[in-house]
Amino acid sequence: MSRPILEVRELTTKYITRFQEDIYAVDHVSLTVEEGKSLGIAGESGCGKSTLALSLMGYYFPPLHYSSGEIIIDGRNITGMDPDDVRRSILGKEVAYIPQAAMNALNPTQKVISFIEDVVRAHNPKASKQEIYELARDRFEMLGLPAEVLQKHPVELSGGMKQRTVIAVSVILGPKVLIADEPSSALDVTSQKMVIKMLRDMMESGFIKAMLFITHELPLLYNVTDDIMVMYAGQLVERAPAEKAVFDPLHPYSKGLMGSIIVPEEGLREHKLAAIPGTPPNLKNPPKGCRFAPRCRYVRPECTTLSVPLRRVEDERTYRCIIPEAELREIYAHEQQ
Amino acid sequence: MNNNKQEIYLSARNVTKIFGMGNTRTVAVDDVNLNLRKGEVISIVGESGSGKTTLAKILLGLINETEGEIYFQGEKRKIRTQGQKREYWRNIQAIFQDPFSSFNIFNKIDSVLLDCINMRGGRRLPKAEKVAMMTEACSFVNLKFEELTNKYPFELSGGQQQRLMIARVFLLKPKILVADEPTSMIDACSRATILDMLMQLRDEEGMTVIFITHDIGLAYYVSDNVYIMEHGRFVEGGPAEDVIIHPQHDYTKRLLNDVPKIYEEWDLSTV
Repeated sequence: MSRPILEVRELTTKYITRFQEDIYAVDHVSLTVEEGKSLGIAGESGCGKSTLALSLMGYYFPPLHYSSGEIIIDGRNITGMDPDDVRRSILGKEVAYIPQAAMNALNPTQKVISFIEDVVRAHNPKASKQEIYELARDRFEMLGLPAEVLQKHPVELSGGMKQRTVIAVSVILGPKVLIADEPSSALDVTSQKMVIKMLRDMMESGFIKAMLFITHELPLLYNVTDDIMVMYAGQLVERAPAEKAVFDPLHPYSKGLMGSIIVPEEGLREHKLAAIPGTPPNLKNPPKGCRFAPRCRYVRPECTTLSVPLRRVEDERTYRCIIPEAELREIYAHEQQ
Repeated sequence: MNNNKQEIYLSARNVTKIFGMGNTRTVAVDDVNLNLRKGEVISIVGESGSGKTTLAKILLGLINETEGEIYFQGEKRKIRTQGQKREYWRNIQAIFQDPFSSFNIFNKIDSVLLDCINMRGGRRLPKAEKVAMMTEACSFVNLKFEELTNKYPFELSGGQQQRLMIARVFLLKPKILVADEPTSMIDACSRATILDMLMQLRDEEGMTVIFITHDIGLAYYVSDNVYIMEHGRFVEGGPAEDVIIHPQHDYTKRLLNDVPKIYEEWDLSTV
């Protein structure tokens, strides 16, 4: 077992609304990402995947607040650090975050290089222009972007190029962990492929030690990440190697998610898309017991009363359901016929 | 393709749309021919900037074509006056990409739906009957009408707003529905629900659907005929099975190659 780069133990974070209500968007989530591995996070809108990404950086700003749990990045515990320290020594250096609309981060009145100067000087005020230019040029060349981009204004770049530029800038200080939150969902398929290739190259060359990739596009996760983690209503409901998560999901919710995959491949038109009925619960007062119970097809009376622990099956697999693995498989097999 | 005896509802003949002139002249839609039959679902697939939305707007009568003609039910379309437009829009309706900007923010949800009933000539119906119609429309899209009265559209989530949009279409019962990227702003699970509802409209109401999307997988799943659009031109078109599984044109092949797949290897080396 190789060295864990990102370790999260029972992390809970909450939003405090203006009516002083607590909304637990990330609820006791534990995860480990080892060196050279990538983890994908899937789930519906509002299930807490983006909040998890924000929480993992250890930098909280209202209405998001830390509640409990630990975050350890490469052996260094960053929980409870002063927000200013986090910004100075963690963001960009240890963890880099790429939001969905990353390309909007570019200032339209500045050249890309002066944007990079700002980023580098925020961490190292004494860096000279020449140093920064050389660093940026090397980094861009390494990532397969032409160095001319540095001297251009954002309007001269295409959407895909802007997105790749921002990704390159976000890793300019050599972070260990990269958190990509829907980095390609605003792009068309060709630019999406370029972004994915860039992320994969960064992982393969060992430049980034661990990656978290958040999206609701399951075919994409399947192709990009080693493991897939499914979230529902702020909780982790299943984690499995990508292959198993897509073709052999255990949790009824993951099963439903995988049923909504659309790919342009033969045989798609024959199988009917299985939409999950109902809507996710309001996190202000989540259902007791299993949070998925109101929408679950296999719901049992005890589902709504007992709290459901994570079950561990095989080595790398966990899921959160009261039905044991063998029984679940039996139900699924029966349904297939 | 024209030997099909089914009624042709809408056809575009040599439609061209040019924006700007001189240096800024852009041909957005270039000599497009399209025939739409009753109860058919067609998809227009293309990347951003390929002109698919412009074509949709021309078909909807929101912008005028530069050249070419649109025939509606065998006759040349006349949408000069407001009255003619209103008459045309009884037959053709749209669902747009962004549900958040599709509604008038000052109107409550029941008045949105009430407008649809009034537009269909139900202005003089008794109130109870109107409520029954609205309740039926909401239950068609799995929304509860009782919970929606007195709410404003912004109080709903994106998926719910998109479903409300479909409830509108259900009440209006147009002959043709133009769905412009109806699922690109909502997540994968609600996507299946929205698609199911559109298919139900087709099956139960006999609606003809023009589906505009950049997602080639989606197009393959929902449509009878698929047209691939590049730089304003149709490069390939025909039955979904032929176009997507056995593509002929290089552009279609490239598009298919760039989509992540799960059963085949996704080749990342060809970027």
